[in-house]
Amino acid sequence: MHPMADNGLLESVLRLVEKVDGGTDSQDVAADLGVDHQVIVGAVKSLQALGEVISAEQKSSRHWELTGEGREIAEQGSHEARVFNAIPDEGLPQNQLMKMPSGKVGFSKAMSNKWIRLDKAHEGGPRVFKTVEAIEDTVRDKLQLVQKGQSAKLEDKEKNELKKRKLLSEVTVKSYWITKGSSFSTTITKQETELTPEMIASGSWKEKKFKPYNFEAMGVAPDCGHLHPLMKVRTQFRQIFLEMGFTEMPTNNFIESSFWNFDSLFQPQQHPARDQHDTFFISDPALAHEFPQDYLERVKKVHSEGGYGSQGARMLYKLAQQEKFTPVKYFSIDRVFRNETLDATHLAEFHQIEGVVADYGLTLGNLMGILHQFFTKLGITKLRFKPAYNPYTEPSMEVFSYHEGLKKWVEVGNSGVFRPEMLLPMGLPEGVSVIAWGLSLERYVDTHI
Amino acid sequence: MPTVSVKRDLLFEALGQKYTDEEFDELCFEFGLELDEITSEKEILIREQGDEKAEGASDVVLYKIDVPANRYDLLCLEGLVRGLQVFKEKLEAPRYKRVSPADGGEPQRLVITEETASVRPHAVAAVLRNITFTQERYESFIELQEKLHQNICRKRTLVAIGTHDLDTISGPFTYTAKPPGEIRFKPLNQSKEYTATELMSLYKTDSHLRHYLHIIENEPLYPIIYDSNGIVLSMPPIINGDHSKISLNTKNIFIECTATDLTKAKTTLDMVVTMFSEYCEEPFTVEGAEVVYPDGRLCVYPELAYRTETLSGDFINKRVGINESAESIAQLLTRMCLRSEVSGEGDLIQVEIPPTRADVIHACDIMEDAAIAYGFNNIVRSTPRTYTIANQLPLNKLTELLRQDLAAAGFTEALTFALCSEEDIADKLRKNIAETRAVHISNPKTTEFQVARTCLLPGLLKTLAANRKMPLPLKLFEISDVVLKDETKDVGARNNRRLCAVYYNKSPGFEVIHGLLDRVMQLLDVKPGRNQGYHIQAAEDSTFFPGRCAEIFSCGKSIGHLGVLHPDVISRFELTMPCSAIDIDIEPFL
Repeated sequence: MHPMADNGLLESVLRLVEKVDGGTDSQDVAADLGVDHQVIVGAVKSLQALGEVISAEQKSSRHWELTGEGREIAEQGSHEARVFNAIPDEGLPQNQLMKMPSGKVGFSKAMSNKWIRLDKAHEGGPRVFKTVEAIEDTVRDKLQLVQKGQSAKLEDKEKNELKKRKLLSEVTVKSYWITKGSSFSTTITKQETELTPEMIASGSWKEKKFKPYNFEAMGVAPDCGHLHPLMKVRTQFRQIFLEMGFTEMPTNNFIESSFWNFDSLFQPQQHPARDQHDTFFISDPALAHEFPQDYLERVKKVHSEGGYGSQGARMLYKLAQQEKFTPVKYFSIDRVFRNETLDATHLAEFHQIEGVVADYGLTLGNLMGILHQFFTKLGITKLRFKPAYNPYTEPSMEVFSYHEGLKKWVEVGNSGVFRPEMLLPMGLPEGVSVIAWGLSLERYVDTHI
Repeated sequence: MPTVSVKRDLLFEALGQKYTDEEFDELCFEFGLELDEITSEKEILIREQGDEKAEGASDVVLYKIDVPANRYDLLCLEGLVRGLQVFKEKLEAPRYKRVSPADGGEPQRLVITEETASVRPHAVAAVLRNITFTQERYESFIELQEKLHQNICRKRTLVAIGTHDLDTISGPFTYTAKPPGEIRFKPLNQSKEYTATELMSLYKTDSHLRHYLHIIENEPLYPIIYDSNGIVLSMPPIINGDHSKISLNTKNIFIECTATDLTKAKTTLDMVVTMFSEYCEEPFTVEGAEVVYPDGRLCVYPELAYRTETLSGDFINKRVGINESAESIAQLLTRMCLRSEVSGEGDLIQVEIPPTRADVIHACDIMEDAAIAYGFNNIVRSTPRTYTIANQLPLNKLTELLRQDLAAAGFTEALTFALCSEEDIADKLRKNIAETRAVHISNPKTTEFQVARTCLLPGLLKTLAANRKMPLPLKLFEISDVVLKDETKDVGARNNRRLCAVYYNKSPGFEVIHGLLDRVMQLLDVKPGRNQGYHIQAAEDSTFFPGRCAEIFSCGKSIGHLGVLHPDVISRFELTMPCSAIDIDIEPFL
């Protein structure tokens, strides 16, 4: 924490900054105002918080500073000088000299400077005498230079010598280069961070200055839940079908019999889709029962419905049981399953979207027309149709749309007219056509939300 | 969908016209084919085996064309070209004819013995006389057999084709079945003789043939065809003999198809001979062969049957949604190799279905061909006038509404698989699999799909585990179907729509999950209370921490549980924090 600066100090700093062109160093400011540098650092921070009053760039510099002992020497002289000055002309007993605070260090230094001599044979014990009239205390002089900020006048060798004697130390100082900001002023107005209920109540907001917002920063993420993207697309498809007057089929029966899944769809007995490889079969419960007896031809093992089939068989059968046939439009969007090993491009379950229309006299042109409307609602307007093969529809058409990004036609769905072999055994009146199409929901997740 | 690979230049030469890739793609699209890939042998080798292996490989351009699964007549260059040329009206569809031996001699004869009945009871045969092969024709002939084997022949289980140089063998031929130890011959491309037993072990490691061994492996008798001198023609459906193998120089070919499905055998034989009789001295003629059955019956093959269907122009116009004259429709059908003419009575059209079009079963198949020739994309797109009122499935409507509100309550929707492992719904939840009412899958490819889920919790816990790096708390929900065994349903199981939510944080947050229950009940307009409302009461459930689980009742009926998960459940799903969960059945609220 930096010490808080009072407004008086802040304004003093600002007045100094005003006087200099091109800015000033915070250390100089400290020297000019005669306060500790750290106080000025605190003042700079406070000024920065006020907005664009000043701009301050941090810099670091190295300089020489006296140690505690160094400062003592600068004031009182070096130990050797103090020893020399303490010796009267008649000399001083060595043991008395050694009792001085600077005695030990000063004695040996003064000896090596040849300022003093020791008479060991003196009567009354060893005695120390001056050997010169006067001395020059260079250590003190050098330290005083550093103290005055004139360390540059010393040679590196000299500074290192003093550093070795622990009288000088080299320190790194972090300071600021202060220049005027875009809204520089020598008077301080405190900026508010946020509008408060009190300000609104008192009307004080009118006089306040507010700290600008940082509009570059990101906002705080809202605390909310999300719907799954694929399920959002499902909702959108559902909406399209409902807008087009389609009724939702009950498809919430993942377990379907081979009878409804294959046989009723005119899936040939040896069709590859019936293979163990493609379809999940159920071991428990293994057998389906209660087939409509008049419609039942073959009993099958129960299995989950395959991706090749159509959800519509049960509904069409139900439709055919009505006394009088009424036209219908059905849709479903639900999970279908196939026996796959999962990887990036294969799913064992996915969502199939299916639309079915049953009415008298429906044509292939009608199927294309309704597909055109359906895809237009998805924003896909360029469609074309390719003859294809499905066991349960004839004609069968693959639906292609032009992909503006890929610059090519891509398959978007499959469609067709249900075969009479499928419809007639159900009991639908002759002349009733059933047109249908299907697509996978997963394909659309990237393109629509 | 089978893919046929043809050399582009050879194809264009046969079509008598050069196309750009785009033009040819367009033609394919119109005809119901798909130009899947443009490549070369070299490119394929580079992709599959690396640059080194591809050195020196051919860079002749190959077209890979997807053919509809029911169009066996388009599985080779010859058939494709014929179909497209007729479609473009550059060629009249040929008439395929069965003929007797030219010199007035006896037809070739294949005698079926009764031993075949248990393993592969059917056989048909035919002869292509004075054929001229080139390298390309020869390769195409081999390739067509392979394509037929993979498709109509269902990987040789239904039908297997054998082709032989007739000049190296002499009839009559015998199709019989013998114990594998008694069969001995030199198979195709081998240098010595093997017994059938030895062959089966030899081919165990053959990348191609090993896929067919299972068809007869466990049979006491293996099918085998001999000529009158005891030379082995083939041991169907595995391998031919080396003696009678065909080559570029073969002039006369004996073709046999053995089968478990006679109809498919006839179709397969018809396909082989109609496609390649083009290269016979007398094009499109095929010499008949006699097949004698164990009961003495004698049939002559190939059948090459033409049949005629009569339908009205009006039928086609009404089904397709066009307005063409009967004459014009007849012309459209003729372009699809269905030679047609107006019969003179009203707008009736006589349509002749050739032996190459086994896919045409019903009038609707003919109608489709008329629509293809007319051009699907030339048909006027019109809106049906079917008037209906839309209805949502009530269960889905409820689900949609609840999903929106759960997300608004701060929970994020997960979408998890309906299939999972037994462990997920049992051991990991500290439950006994036998008590789960789970539906079991008999043939899953991986253990991830052994059962249909009986609750949504495992999916959500796996989703938590996959998102452990996200900032806490994690709040997830899913409303979806689980599957439960149910004797009262025709399939023995039913779906059940469930709502499940989890709260995962440093503290269990029972109150958060409880609060969610309160919110859901508020949305469903069920008030707190014992009788007509909802309440929770302490319960024991092995999935939950003892004393931290409650059963949820609505209008006196149990609808699910909520509570703090058992620490073992948490660690078994590789989670580390406390977690609370709710799981309820929403179907009672319909």
